[in-house]
Amino acid sequence: MASTMLDKIWDAHVIASLPGEVSLLHVDRHLMHELTGVEALRRVAGRQLPVRDPGLTFATLDHVTSTKPLARDGDEPWSTRMIQAMRAESKVHRIPLFDVDDGRKGIVHVIGPELGLTLPGLTVVCGDSHTCTHGAFGALAWGIGSSEVAHVLATQTIQQRKPKSMRVNFLGAVQEGITAKDMILHLIGKLGTAAGTGFAIEYAGPAIRALDMEARMTLCNLSIELGARQGMIAPDDVTFRYIEGREFAPQGAMLDRAIEAWRSLASDDEASFDQEVDIDSAAIRPTVTWGTSPEHVAEIDAVVPDPDRDCDPAARAAWRRALTYMRLEPGQPISTIPIDRVFIGSCTNSRLSDLREAANVLQGRHIAAGRVGWVVPGSLQVKHEAEREGLDKVFVLAGFEWREPGCSMCVGANGDMVAPGQRCVSTSNRNFIGRQGPGALTHLASPAIAAASAVAGHLAAPHMLPERGL
Amino acid sequence: MIPFTICEGPAAPLLQENIDTDMIIRIERISKLSRGELGPWAFEMWRYTESGALNPDFVLNREPFRQAPILIAGANFGCGSSREMAVWALEEIGVRCIIAPGFGDIFFSNCLQNGLLPVILDEVQVQQLAAQAQGGRHLRVDLEAMRVSCVGLQQVPFNLAQGARQALLEGLDEIGQTLKYDAQIDAFQVKDRIARPWVYGEAGPSIIS
Repeated sequence: MASTMLDKIWDAHVIASLPGEVSLLHVDRHLMHELTGVEALRRVAGRQLPVRDPGLTFATLDHVTSTKPLARDGDEPWSTRMIQAMRAESKVHRIPLFDVDDGRKGIVHVIGPELGLTLPGLTVVCGDSHTCTHGAFGALAWGIGSSEVAHVLATQTIQQRKPKSMRVNFLGAVQEGITAKDMILHLIGKLGTAAGTGFAIEYAGPAIRALDMEARMTLCNLSIELGARQGMIAPDDVTFRYIEGREFAPQGAMLDRAIEAWRSLASDDEASFDQEVDIDSAAIRPTVTWGTSPEHVAEIDAVVPDPDRDCDPAARAAWRRALTYMRLEPGQPISTIPIDRVFIGSCTNSRLSDLREAANVLQGRHIAAGRVGWVVPGSLQVKHEAEREGLDKVFVLAGFEWREPGCSMCVGANGDMVAPGQRCVSTSNRNFIGRQGPGALTHLASPAIAAASAVAGHLAAPHMLPERGL
Repeated sequence: MIPFTICEGPAAPLLQENIDTDMIIRIERISKLSRGELGPWAFEMWRYTESGALNPDFVLNREPFRQAPILIAGANFGCGSSREMAVWALEEIGVRCIIAPGFGDIFFSNCLQNGLLPVILDEVQVQQLAAQAQGGRHLRVDLEAMRVSCVGLQQVPFNLAQGARQALLEGLDEIGQTLKYDAQIDAFQVKDRIARPWVYGEAGPSIIS
């Protein structure tokens, strides 16, 4: 019988079938961070249970770490205490922790792939909803709560009901300059933030095949913003080339053997999905959000939509509330909305190719007067590679701050927040009310749009900027 | 986990769609406070005015909803972040059951892990229950019978996966259940190491330093 990639990975991990259509699944990779890690490790220890497989568990520091230049801990005593507790607990439980001194610290969803821990066909879980990022490799990867983190620590398994399957086909090719961020924001705008609830999404089609691995990670990262816990892309030669030579990836003959197995993971041609969606890739334009949900999207050259005209009547009240919070009027051109700051970072868009994309726009240009721009690389490795290429200098010359890796202003857990009433163009994943700080106004966008907006002082795409001075 | 059998009392209507977990509990409360200290900060952006006073317009600040054990919410309640502290915060203000047309998947699962009952009903049923509850009528949610009842309305049946229902009814602990499968987990790994040795770091660098 024809199987989907979801079926194949799922079936390969079932240890036992439990009552009520629940499967006990093996967890191949459990990724941890300090914000939920310390409590979960103590909870397991409190029950006199060992961590079952510390060798399949990997930790780093990202949520509450300081991003100030050369920082090693938190900005405040409470965050430094949490970081030190994570270091201590990891040592006690023999869990590898990627830290500043070993040069491998970074956002958990950046370092998993970067270190070759994330591989096709694996189950990957982490106490963070953006774990769907790892699905870019053809892994089944999803975010879990604290109780489940403790469960995985104690048993290396998770109890799950199998999700339904959805395939999103990006047909044709995108126009030049369209990024993975534009593609996924476009999709969320079309389907809404609850369309993927109960589903694992597989992204397919020629426009997906054309993406490099980092772009695929950006795309899969926002699956949870569609409501889907898992988003995935079948592995191919692009995937295998990315994996080759990474620190924890299989090597030599073992890699060849793994690749042979990974080639059979793709959904069979005849496989059927519970739901299929087709997207015309050529119709995708540079896209940003205007409201307080990732489904509130607009093309950069459009106007702020009118709740009385442009939406389903059921959504009117929500759209009006969003416009009020965002201090916007219907009909206002999106590309005239003035901004206060720009944040380039987060598990969505903080990888080397994202920084190149932004630096490419900023080369020979400067941030508009009175605006503040931050670049927070996704990991120490990204930071060092970017510095080798001189990207840091491009950012600094353009008036940006070049900071240490972490989740930073995507969620503000470490204290990096947007001030009340300030408007921020952010390459992150959530524009919820207060997400970047109480009263903060967020517009989600690609690194290229974020950089162009910094230069313009208002929302803008690179093609809207005047020619660079010599 | 406290077993869930029947929950009865006022039900606070909070019918906006897409109430996300950032709205339920802010990140700085999670990072700086522990479990047991979150209740006062549940829905803080709605519950308090800018000066920090209680916002009299917010439903959970009004009688009879201050200690309501039931919330009636809009679609996609608890979307967004995986933070289980959203469930803990609700638990700490006395919520035991949430009725909505749909929930964020991770939030739904976090509810079950903590003995909170998420009930999915269709939009019309949710609106009807909310209309009754608005006036202060009590709802009664019976997990054994899988029914929501309210004076003046027909009983409303709901569904919950059998395994989840049983675990809630008995207050079962998932870790305890799974530990009984220890031998199967071992057997799986022994076989899997042969089939997929690369998963376990074999012939690669040693994973444990």
